Amino acid sequence: MPKTLFDKVWARHIVTPETATHPAVFYIDLHLIHEVTSPQAFTALKERSLTVRRPDRTLATIDHSTPTKINSDGSRPYVTAQAERQVQTLLGNTRAHGIETHGWESENRGIVHVMGPELGATQPGMSIVCGDSHTSTHGAFGAIAFGIGTTQVGHVLATQTILMRKPKTMAIHVNGELGAGITPKDVILHIIAEIGVGGGTGYALEYRGNVFEDMSMDGRMTVCNMSIEAGARCGMIAPDEVTFNYIKGRKFAPKDYAAACEDWRSLRTDNGAVFDKEVRIKAEDIKPMVTYGTHPGMGIAIDNFIPKAGTKADQAALDYMRLSSGAAIAGTRADKVFIGSCTNSRLDDLRAAAALLKGQTVTIETIIVPGSALIKAQAEAEGLDAIFTAAGAQWREAGCSMCLGMNGDIGTPGDLVVSTSNRNFMGRQGPGVRTVLASPETAAASAITGVITDPRKIGEAA
Amino acid sequence: MSFKPLTIITSKTLVLQAANIDTDQIMPAKFLSMTTKAGLGEHVFANLRYGPDGELTDHTLNSEAGKACEILVAGHNFGCGSSREHAPWGLTDYGFRVVISSEIADIFRSNSLKNGLLPIVIEKSAHQWLLDHPGEEVTVDLKTCELRLPKNGGSYKFSVDSFSRHCLMEGLDEMGYLLGQDAAITEFEARHG
Repeated sequence: MPKTLFDKVWARHIVTPETATHPAVFYIDLHLIHEVTSPQAFTALKERSLTVRRPDRTLATIDHSTPTKINSDGSRPYVTAQAERQVQTLLGNTRAHGIETHGWESENRGIVHVMGPELGATQPGMSIVCGDSHTSTHGAFGAIAFGIGTTQVGHVLATQTILMRKPKTMAIHVNGELGAGITPKDVILHIIAEIGVGGGTGYALEYRGNVFEDMSMDGRMTVCNMSIEAGARCGMIAPDEVTFNYIKGRKFAPKDYAAACEDWRSLRTDNGAVFDKEVRIKAEDIKPMVTYGTHPGMGIAIDNFIPKAGTKADQAALDYMRLSSGAAIAGTRADKVFIGSCTNSRLDDLRAAAALLKGQTVTIETIIVPGSALIKAQAEAEGLDAIFTAAGAQWREAGCSMCLGMNGDIGTPGDLVVSTSNRNFMGRQGPGVRTVLASPETAAASAITGVITDPRKIGEAA
Repeated sequence: MSFKPLTIITSKTLVLQAANIDTDQIMPAKFLSMTTKAGLGEHVFANLRYGPDGELTDHTLNSEAGKACEILVAGHNFGCGSSREHAPWGLTDYGFRVVISSEIADIFRSNSLKNGLLPIVIEKSAHQWLLDHPGEEVTVDLKTCELRLPKNGGSYKFSVDSFSRHCLMEGLDEMGYLLGQDAAITEFEARHG
């Protein structure tokens, strides 16, 4: 029987098949951990006198609570003593259990979903979990990758498995030719606006079509990253030569690379395989996208007008955003710009922002946070940091930063932030802060003008 | 960790009308730096319950009547967003045992089931009735998987994964079961590499 990509990878990880009374025991190839969602799991292990079953299949870093600034004396300005304790707790736990950890001294330290692929630890056909919903990012490599809660972090530490029932599958086809200046972020914001913020609940997504085949790995990661914003725990793209070229030569790349690629080539949905649901989108219909509301499904094309609120919830969202139905979204005054997060902090993203910011000056506070220490170094080697700082933007240390504001990088109440992150929830970037999700290009263009700006218009005669 | 077994809950409901209540709203990020689970009930829905200077608002969640509710009814697509288990930890520490909506996000639902919090997705008509009648006393029966509404409002079936239901009714977590799979896991690892 023809199988989907998801079916094939799922089947490779079944320790005990699911029955009417019990979910499947599902094996985990790679467990990524960070400081926020692991401490209580290590405590649970200790309470039961358990050890970590496979430290060799576990990788740790610090990203959420970490400051993105360094004091003049070289110390790090943690937002609270508790935040610093949380980082220390992670470092202590991973040391005690012999888990490879990318702490302050590592050139790979950074956002956990940037680090895994950079190390070559993320590979096609794997099962990958992390106590973080944006684990879906790793699906860009043809892995089944999804976020779990802390109780399951404990299960994976102790047994390398979780209990799970097989989700339904949904194919999202995007074919055709993207217009000039249309980015992977625009593609995924368009998809979420189309299927809805809960449209993927209960499903594993597979992104199919030439638009995804033509994307770089950075772009594919941006797409898969936001699967969860449509409610889907995981989203995948079949691996191909682009994938294989990306992994080659990285630290954890398989030793017999030709044999690995040979196996990975089988990880494609068979002709005739049946999905539970299919969605088809024309590439030509996608424009630069921004959000106007308080969840990622509330997105519109940047040259469009804010829709009429259909429900009380929609009106509450507009009230919170201080936006009115019928008004153009472009031209709305912005207060800050954030370029970063596991969605858009990779080299492609920084290059795109730099291309717009080169020789320009930002007119509002602009914070640029690379995804990892390695990306920071690579960007600096290309001179991107010099472009950013010459434009008046801030160039920070790697981390999650203003995506969720846990480390103290937040806006002030009422601020409108054009952000390359993944969630525009009420208060996510600080109490009363209004978030507009956008691509790095749109964020950079808005930084220059101080209003929400279509990046395709920068450089045009005024 | 284990929790109090859950079989039948009869309680007045606390209703949050909004759709798409995300886990950032349930437990704002600034409370995620805790390294234990204790006391998170104090912070659950902090942005609704506390003003800018930390003063209590007049939200139902702060009332004695609200605090006595074991059943939370919320708008469509409850618990979307972040995987933070701090959300169900906060809800259970506050005193909720059941959350009812017309759609509940996958990760939140999975996390809830592991902490003695029963997530129920109910059909639209019953959901709308609950949204329209805050504070009514309703019964959730996990033995029969039924929600019973008052005033002859009828009863509605809901589904729960059978293993999760067993764990909830016995107050068990899944770790014991997974540890019992050790031989199968070892055999799998030998095969899988």
